[in-house]
Amino acid sequence: MENIIKSLEEKFNISEVIKKSDNLNILTVDKKLAMSLIIYLKEIEKFSHLVMLSAVDWLEDGKFQLSYILNNPEKKIDLIIRVFISREKPEMESIHKIWVHAATDQRELKEMYGIEFPESPRLNDDFLLEGWDNIPPMRRDFDTLKYSEETFFPRPGRQTYETKEYMKEKMYPDEKNSKNKKGLKDA
Amino acid sequence: MLKFEQDRSKFPEEKDGKLEIDLDSQKFIKIWQGPNHPGITGNMALELTVSGDEVVESKTHVGYLHRGFEKLMERRKFIQCFPICIRMCVPEPDINEYCLAASVEDLAGIEVPDMAKWLRTLVLEMARLVILLRGVPGQGGTMSLGMGVQWGVYVRDLMIDRFEELTGGRVYHMYIAPGGVRGLLPEGFKGRMEEVLKKIDEFVVDIDNLMFSNAVFKKRTKGIGVIKPEWIEQYSVVGPNARAAGINRDVRKDYPYLMYDKLDFESYVGKDSDIYTRSRVRWHDLQTSVDMIRQIMAKMPNKGDIRAKTPNVLHWKIPKGETYQRLESSRGEYGFYMVTDGSAYPRRINLRGPSYNSAVLLLEKMLVNANISDVSSMMVSLATCPPEIER
Repeated sequence: MENIIKSLEEKFNISEVIKKSDNLNILTVDKKLAMSLIIYLKEIEKFSHLVMLSAVDWLEDGKFQLSYILNNPEKKIDLIIRVFISREKPEMESIHKIWVHAATDQRELKEMYGIEFPESPRLNDDFLLEGWDNIPPMRRDFDTLKYSEETFFPRPGRQTYETKEYMKEKMYPDEKNSKNKKGLKDA
Repeated sequence: MLKFEQDRSKFPEEKDGKLEIDLDSQKFIKIWQGPNHPGITGNMALELTVSGDEVVESKTHVGYLHRGFEKLMERRKFIQCFPICIRMCVPEPDINEYCLAASVEDLAGIEVPDMAKWLRTLVLEMARLVILLRGVPGQGGTMSLGMGVQWGVYVRDLMIDRFEELTGGRVYHMYIAPGGVRGLLPEGFKGRMEEVLKKIDEFVVDIDNLMFSNAVFKKRTKGIGVIKPEWIEQYSVVGPNARAAGINRDVRKDYPYLMYDKLDFESYVGKDSDIYTRSRVRWHDLQTSVDMIRQIMAKMPNKGDIRAKTPNVLHWKIPKGETYQRLESSRGEYGFYMVTDGSAYPRRINLRGPSYNSAVLLLEKMLVNANISDVSSMMVSLATCPPEIER
């Protein structure tokens, strides 16, 4: 693993290397060199298994982090490739030609974070959400509580009641007027 | 035997890599299989375009179960994430508990005691049995061999009883916690477990007779739903589906976690990569798990420390970092990618289950030119679990 990291540091402009364990390292690479690094890892270093493509929203820094988790099944080692892209115009090259199934990841990231992957197949098709007209929901500035309050409340049948009072009213509607007549005690 | 040249004039032509399907031509029909359909596992839908009884195009539609768990967990403290994450794969919840606990422990630098590791291994293998006891005969269920499923549900229930005894819960167990597990084995547990394992041994033979020696089952599964070797890499196929294609991928062997390196086991590797082989691989997995539980029972100590000391979980700040923790679920590699920012809340938790790759693009590819009666058996043979696609 150390040899691989050394050769990568020589060839690509790797800004940060974090060693998590003997078989997991985290590399940070510039957006421009990311694609060539990924192709190099796949073709030369045999990191043939794309575990996942994920994104993290660093709202305070104005950046999205794309994480490509790659695995080498022969040497049994993992690499997390981190690429930071601007939050204002998030766009990254598509890797669906290297791993076909990455198209699904990219479709989800487009929907959930609004990150563009030009040329990725069916990128704009709805994946999990249908007819979504708000900002992408996995972004940190999307407020779930506010959204649900606006969307789901108030709506007939969604009022909240004080259980004790509500049941009392339901079961003994006349109680207020003729409490003593029925001889019922307060619950 | 007479051979007929198939009339391909009814099939759509390809233009720029896309099929030209004109529904008004009356050559094609659109059929929705799901989201509510006996031939679908869970809540997802396949939009099939068929010509005669042959599938021309398939599109997977998910989203019927999207509950935003990953987003919810970003607003929860680490301990509050446990009741959420177990719902990300309903039939096998313990794998989520383990992945989340392992990620938290890795980032916080907590060493789990050996006794807890043994108990975690035991629980994970029990969970594998619970899903396989229904999943293996379920393959027969897609071609009207329903009785295997009934037998499976009975034996599975006995295993769920053992879960109830050990954890207090039947479906969701909440047994694995950060730092270890929640309790030791109850008295007499090993004996009762052995009784269940004996029942499973009988069940395994019954299933062999019912399914794998059955002419109808063989005819409808051999040579059907083949995953080509070159697809394994392109679609990142893992676990039993890869093993059925002759590629030995098992996280328990390749990246030993917990106590798997102390257990003696071999994963079964097939060759033909069709529905029959995938089913056979899972049937062998069932026996491997039974054998492993017996080994764990024999090798684990009776007493020991089961939980490492953790800070107050309600005010627990985990240092900034990121990690990826994986395990072998009944369907293959299953992992959590966790990013923390030094606060009491996770910055991002992303789950990756094997269904994400297999049930969307791979299934769409496999279903082209398949017979419509094989659609559900092909889908079940990939062991699809929709909640892990949607999270």
